[in-house]
Amino acid sequence: MKLPKDLRYTASHEWARREADGTVSVGITDHAQEQLGDIVFVEAPQPGRKVAAGESVGVVESVKAASDIYAPFAGEIVAANGELGAAPEKVNEDAFAAWMYRIRPDTAADLDKLLDAAAYEKSAT
Amino acid sequence: MTGDVVPKSTPLNALHRASGARMVDFGGWDMPVHYGSQIEEHHAVRRDAGVFDVSHMQVVDLEGAGVREFLRRALANDVEKLRAPGKALYSCMLNEAGGVVDDLIAYHFREDWFRLVVNAGTAETDIAWLESLRESMGATFTLTPRRDQAILAVQGPRARERFTDAFPHTAGATRELAPFNAALVGEMMVARTGYTGEDGFEVVLPATRAVESWQALVNAGVRPAGLGARDTLRLEAGMNLYGQDMDDATSPLDAGLAWTVDLKSQRDFIGRSALESRGQRHRFLGLVLEGTGGVLRAHQSVRAAGGEGEITSGSFSPTLAKSIALARLPLDAAPGDRVEVMVRDKPLAARVVKPPFVRHGKILTT
Repeated sequence: MKLPKDLRYTASHEWARREADGTVSVGITDHAQEQLGDIVFVEAPQPGRKVAAGESVGVVESVKAASDIYAPFAGEIVAANGELGAAPEKVNEDAFAAWMYRIRPDTAADLDKLLDAAAYEKSAT
Repeated sequence: MTGDVVPKSTPLNALHRASGARMVDFGGWDMPVHYGSQIEEHHAVRRDAGVFDVSHMQVVDLEGAGVREFLRRALANDVEKLRAPGKALYSCMLNEAGGVVDDLIAYHFREDWFRLVVNAGTAETDIAWLESLRESMGATFTLTPRRDQAILAVQGPRARERFTDAFPHTAGATRELAPFNAALVGEMMVARTGYTGEDGFEVVLPATRAVESWQALVNAGVRPAGLGARDTLRLEAGMNLYGQDMDDATSPLDAGLAWTVDLKSQRDFIGRSALESRGQRHRFLGLVLEGTGGVLRAHQSVRAAGGEGEITSGSFSPTLAKSIALARLPLDAAPGDRVEVMVRDKPLAARVVKPPFVRHGKILTT
């Protein structure tokens, strides 16, 4: 399973990466894109939206099925990756490069409470 | 409560797994959904040739006296159209209420031998239904579910050519084969039928020959394709999927299948009186999503000028690069209408079209 060690993960198959400005990029894992198959639609949340931990903030649709994207923790959406709207297949090509949205956590330490690569691997298999 | 049911597997199961297929449970069968990319497999069938393992479907041979009369009562289409040996006919099999027990293809080889190919998920119900009908009619022919056979569907503009490269001995018997006709060649039944909107063959062959036949096709340049691509291909081709677009509570007249119900003669087939008294209540048409707000899916509700409708099958069309659907709409709905589909609480605009969306590689809806 492709699983960068420097990222954090959720049981609902998101990955999260802290950026230099303190925001956190979120996408879906390689395992998730593989399960979904060819991705044909990504809907990311609107910047400015306040979200709670575990709230559904967007959706990924493959030829096969629709799957919600969740907020890993409470915060404010600060950016959405508009590129994926026109080229959703980028999620299949490199799931860990295809960030879907950036969130500014209400509590910076919440990121560290997410799963690490080993724990995610265990939860996903 | 019963325990875990072990999924059934086709003779190609180990080969699919060794080829890296993603396997899913499909009506109790462990089947390949794709071998890497469903969309690439879809395009391969539209542009060249692909092969599907459809051995989960059930071949049933009816042999003996009175089979034709039996099928004229059991099927909504009229096997009287099957006179030349090898001729095939698509039909629904109805219950007394006019609901669809299954859709199938009937082949005629001899006056005392007809063959049905029925859906995997309904095979057991179908066989029980046929057996009880045979009994009630006092018929004596034998009814044999052929569990010793595999079925491969080789589809695409170059499918027949590549099939002949793989099986040169079939060339003479299949070169002139017209659409919806089958030839018996040695141990194979080669039928010019399919479920993709492309040319090609569906081939019934001994299960013991499945692996080598699959490999011969792959060596001839045919790409393995999974049930995922099979579904988007049939959707683009405007072909119904049993259990989704119609079932035992749906009239074929409401599922776009009136063309398969033969009311020309006075033939008393099962379900006829119910169909005639009930009439048509819905129009079954295609939808194309305008814009890119999501993907049309089964069970989404449709708001049309004349009332509510429902999507029965929907997905992303790789050929159109848009989301498309088949839908049960109010009777006054017509191609060209604009409707709204509820996609995850959002009303999205869609256009009503007459299926098919794609046939022989060409987009028919703009």
